[in-house]
Amino acid sequence: MFRLTHSPIDSAALTESVLRPGCGGVVLFLGTVRDLTGDVRTEFLEYEAYAPMAEAKMAEIEADVRARWPVGDMAIVHRLGRLDIGDVAVAIAVSCPHRAQAFDACRHAIDRVKELVPIWKKENAPDGRADWVH
Amino acid sequence: MATDSLAVRVLLFARARELAGADTIALTLPSPATVADLRAALAHFQPALAALLARSALAVNHAFADDSTPLSPSDEIALIPPVSGG
Repeated sequence: MFRLTHSPIDSAALTESVLRPGCGGVVLFLGTVRDLTGDVRTEFLEYEAYAPMAEAKMAEIEADVRARWPVGDMAIVHRLGRLDIGDVAVAIAVSCPHRAQAFDACRHAIDRVKELVPIWKKENAPDGRADWVH
Repeated sequence: MATDSLAVRVLLFARARELAGADTIALTLPSPATVADLRAALAHFQPALAALLARSALAVNHAFADDSTPLSPSDEIALIPPVSGG
């Protein structure tokens, strides 16, 4: 399962959604909004997506992960719009029979999301300056 | 003598959208045209985009395209600056 949302991400519900009787390892990755990048302070972020392509890329990533690990179920959710410090920007939950598979599968999924999915963040500083991260 | 031409629209996002001051750019290219031809036309007609364009990908119908990819009138084309999700 994958989706884009403008609403807060319920990571507990997302984790619950991938639980399977045959899976003894469940990994949840959360990407949250950090207050500092290097020595530059962030007040808030704005996320923008090219939605149809982002969804196509998330589908490819899910298919790739499922082809490489014995995934019981997995879920990828990325939030868009304005996010404040500590908000969850991306959540990925993966269940597998064993923990090593679940860790590896989840790590692969977030690495690919950050590499391939057309989503961009704009860092807004306390002094009003703002710039896209490209 | 008339030359065949290809009208395309390019979707813009993030800093590219702000630099161009628009979320799409319409261009007419000599036909047949490839992504490389589109890159050259974008750099020519939107010089403000040139530096970011050089670091960006082009997508055709939601897939990353290389310079040799041919373009068709019905294609959905987008300029994809380096992504920063997560």
